[in-house]
Amino acid sequence: MSTPTTSNAIESGPPHVHHMDAPTAYHAAKLGMWLFLATEVLLFGGLFTAFALYRYVYFAEFQAASVNLDWRMGALNTAFLIFSSFTAALAMDAAQHGDNAKVRRNILITLACGVVFLVVKYFEYKGKVAYGLFPYGVKGFENFLFVGALCLAIGASGVVIFTHNAKLKIPTILASIALVVAFYFLKGSIATISFDLANLFPFGHAHHPETKMVFNSPEFNTAYKSYFGLYYCMTGLHALHVILGMGILFWVYLKALNNRFSANYYTPVELGALYWHLVDLIWIYLFPLLYLVG
Amino acid sequence: MSNEHKHDNQDVESHDHELGHIVPFKIYVTIFSSLIALTILTVVVAKAPIFHFGNTINLIVAMLLASVKAGLVSLFFMHLKYENPITWMYVFFPIFLLFIMMAGIFIDNPMRTLP
Repeated sequence: MSTPTTSNAIESGPPHVHHMDAPTAYHAAKLGMWLFLATEVLLFGGLFTAFALYRYVYFAEFQAASVNLDWRMGALNTAFLIFSSFTAALAMDAAQHGDNAKVRRNILITLACGVVFLVVKYFEYKGKVAYGLFPYGVKGFENFLFVGALCLAIGASGVVIFTHNAKLKIPTILASIALVVAFYFLKGSIATISFDLANLFPFGHAHHPETKMVFNSPEFNTAYKSYFGLYYCMTGLHALHVILGMGILFWVYLKALNNRFSANYYTPVELGALYWHLVDLIWIYLFPLLYLVG
Repeated sequence: MSNEHKHDNQDVESHDHELGHIVPFKIYVTIFSSLIALTILTVVVAKAPIFHFGNTINLIVAMLLASVKAGLVSLFFMHLKYENPITWMYVFFPIFLLFIMMAGIFIDNPMRTLP
């Protein structure tokens, strides 16, 4: 039991863990995941508290600013995330029955919904940039994307350094460095090309001429900056979580390709699905708060 | 699709020597449809003029509906209903801390403008 074997051996059973039998390892891993989810709740909770306070302080401005968000886009994204959460739950259910093909199918649907979510989100951001509601316009958006890539790279490298999977370490760190370097030098063209693509489609922004103003103009005061700053922080951090969740689910998909899961070992599917459900949970609160009641 | 659930022993309580609980497929479908219905309800209450009771009440209603949805997702999709008390504590403790932070800030901020 305590013999260390490599965790990526192709076998349909739990990996051997030191000093623990399989059910104990399963429950310990799940409890650890819930603890991590607790820290995520507090991370977003700080932003929700800030939003609540500034909404209380700048009530009229928050109402005026929130009409610049297209609630139909938010509702569409809510539906996609709820459906992807449903398929993630089904993937977990399939894993509990040891049906690896169904795990793969459900994870692919979940990943597709994640991609659609990010595409819709990108159209919304494009609309904000096009109407001058993003700080420093296209330049600001380029830096926003770069910070996102930097966070992903640092996060992925940080996680992989502390895992026991030696085969993953060097490739992930190299890919992270490549991502950051590519984004640093290509961020201008990435933003421009994607905006040209996005401009082919005429949606993404609820344009209200009566509130037409730009981010760095004098009438765009601290109150409006608070609203849009919090909007970009909250949805941006959430989008980062969507990308990270897709990465985790893709890793689970690769394990399912090797038929790793069975009725007595499905911990990665459950933990990946738990993370995805948390991403869905946060959006369930973000949607009415940002798009509907302002 | 739900046929294969029949031969699973669903009476087994989740304890430390078993793995997780198996939830029937029907429950997942019911929860999914309820979530979509509640999303539509949230939009209707927020957007239809007859439901405009004032901004504070509408905010409370929207947050209550969101909390019902969050409850459904965590209880059934995340299997919290079948988890042990320690996991429940992990869920409630951060929410409690968040409540303290929000309460503290909202007690503090209006006081600042008082004479």
